[in-house]
Amino acid sequence: MSHSDVTVPSSAGSTETLLEVRDLTVEYATATGSVLAVDKVSFDLHRGEFLGIVGESGCGKSTLLFGIAQLLSAPAGVTGGSVNFMGQDLVKMNDKQLRAVRWAHLSVVMQSAMNALNPVKTIAAQFRDVLRAHSFDTDIPQRSREVLELVGVDPVHLNSYPHQLSGGMRQRAMIAMALLFTPDLIVMDEPTSALDVVAQRSLMVQIKELQRELGFAIIFVTHDMSLVSHFSDRLIVMYGGQIAELGETRTVFDTPRHPYSRGLLEAFPSIRGPKVPLLGIPGTPPNLETPPPGCRFAPRCPVAMDSCTEAGPDLYDVDQVLVRCLLHEPGRTSKEELPA
Amino acid sequence: MSEQANSARANAAEYVDGIPADQVLLRASGLTRHFQLGGAFSRRTLHAVDDAELVIGRNEIVALAGESGSGKSTVARLLAMVYKPTSGEITFEGKPLSSLHSRKDQLGYRSQAPMVFQDPFSSINPVYRVSHGILRSLKLHRPELDKEARNAEAERLLTMVGLTPAATYMQKYPYEMSGGQRQRVGFAQALASNPKLIIADEPVSMLDASIRIGLLNLMAELRDKSNVSFLYITHDLASARYAADRLVVMYAGHIVEQGPIEDILAEPKHPYTQLLLATVPDPRAPLAELAGADRGEPPRVVNPKPGCRFRARCPLAVEKCETVTPELRLLGDRHQVACHVAETVTGTVWDQNTSKESA
Repeated sequence: MSHSDVTVPSSAGSTETLLEVRDLTVEYATATGSVLAVDKVSFDLHRGEFLGIVGESGCGKSTLLFGIAQLLSAPAGVTGGSVNFMGQDLVKMNDKQLRAVRWAHLSVVMQSAMNALNPVKTIAAQFRDVLRAHSFDTDIPQRSREVLELVGVDPVHLNSYPHQLSGGMRQRAMIAMALLFTPDLIVMDEPTSALDVVAQRSLMVQIKELQRELGFAIIFVTHDMSLVSHFSDRLIVMYGGQIAELGETRTVFDTPRHPYSRGLLEAFPSIRGPKVPLLGIPGTPPNLETPPPGCRFAPRCPVAMDSCTEAGPDLYDVDQVLVRCLLHEPGRTSKEELPA
Repeated sequence: MSEQANSARANAAEYVDGIPADQVLLRASGLTRHFQLGGAFSRRTLHAVDDAELVIGRNEIVALAGESGSGKSTVARLLAMVYKPTSGEITFEGKPLSSLHSRKDQLGYRSQAPMVFQDPFSSINPVYRVSHGILRSLKLHRPELDKEARNAEAERLLTMVGLTPAATYMQKYPYEMSGGQRQRVGFAQALASNPKLIIADEPVSMLDASIRIGLLNLMAELRDKSNVSFLYITHDLASARYAADRLVVMYAGHIVEQGPIEDILAEPKHPYTQLLLATVPDPRAPLAELAGADRGEPPRVVNPKPGCRFRARCPLAVEKCETVTPELRLLGDRHQVACHVAETVTGTVWDQNTSKESA
């Protein structure tokens, strides 16, 4: 099989909506007030779709993920909006109801497998815990072997402790655990960021293959935009707790409309082609305790106008891409302000 | 590469690994570091670095690339005198490090070749202001400065690494700063001793992609304006290409390829370098074909037998690779590679393998 065809258009997923996030708002309580970490985020996810969420540290991408999976703990909490998953609002569920959904329909793969796995239990024991929690008692060793083989780890390692596995294998074991019940949605928080490039690439290809085989949907959070460029169907670019741009991955990469997306893309040195000096994005992400007035990106934006600091822009629909930038406000014709 | 061949070539053209002999800042020859595993009677030895030949010139950024566990960080620690080599020698400005016995001499070397660490969140003491580490280094390594001169120098260093206004940053605590700013503090601390070489162990891998570039630009600026050389350790070839002049690729404790970075990236000769190159995510290009073919991991090199250490993953391995350890040899002007079949390596090595495996 050639791997060039892993770039699947969004139509690869069915059109049935699996997850509906509406105006999800997450706040952190601090001594001096509250910090709006996720500000009215809305999006849909179809069955079998691969959605990437990218942004810098502190843009709220992990908080959004935790808000969706109901994994927030104090001082953070969902203060508004809904997360409709397979017809039920996860925000309104109690712990018991959530337990029934977790692992069976919704799994989470964390950033650091070393910390997410229990260091004093074998892989087999941890799989067993998950299976038993959902009253799966029939053939635990058999199912454990199956999922490990799925992710390309020798089932021999069922008897290993996490420290005996390499970083790549640990992360694969985490994904195997997430697959125990073949869930409908797997939420991944930078699962590859602790790996080096070779292991990272091979894990990404494998995740994509598994998705094609088993049909689950993925929400994949990362700060490395180039990582998801060939794997995700749609992409959300987050900035300062808000969606800055949402669209088909290829479209966002080929014609980034938000100056921030453009800046993120241009921050990557290319391995081929001419060597050009890059600048990255000067400045730092906004402190969400005191967000800048108007557009949150305005202080760092190379094409900011006076009106940018007055009112925060809405998400505008430009050729099926949602963009939060005044340059794309309907009725505005002077697009020449956009740098080529 | 054998010591003999190396010095023969060095004498012939007065070049060492492509660097004019008088421009060589640091040179490691036959550098080897083994770690004993298990108890005192264990015979199991981990070969972290074996017989590495490495040269760093003046005003040069050398990228050292490889996967986790390839021995890159061990090389960094050997060069920083954190570890003593099991065998082999490192010379700095012609002087062997093994001859530095007194604390004063060792301190002198460490001031010339400080380290910058990977994790800016744990490598700076959180209970002191930013100025603390810089001032301490100034006090230790530049005793000729008085208190006022030290403060002025610390502000100059912070300005140099892009933390302005420096007077404000002097008073900040690490928690008030972002990861990129903290890493800049790490560079300022390293610069405080007026070094000739900074050993930077994955200095940007913990940072956001959008601020990595700023630090890579800083490294280039320091090279050009302050005559500092860098050993830039990374697993990301794209950032290596952006910042570095030469590239050294390590695999399982061996240096497998080295030379001017553009030469290597234009025509990588070792199958492993090919693999590294093709795994770099590049949103501008279609997904490289090979990516799925390789599911291997670098071996833990415990009591190794002779032979190429990449052979188990290599699509081109021949019988000789099982028995004879390939040595670095010159292929092209300054481009060295340790592979028996390097002449047959082409850009499509891994493509063919992909189609073979998945057919």
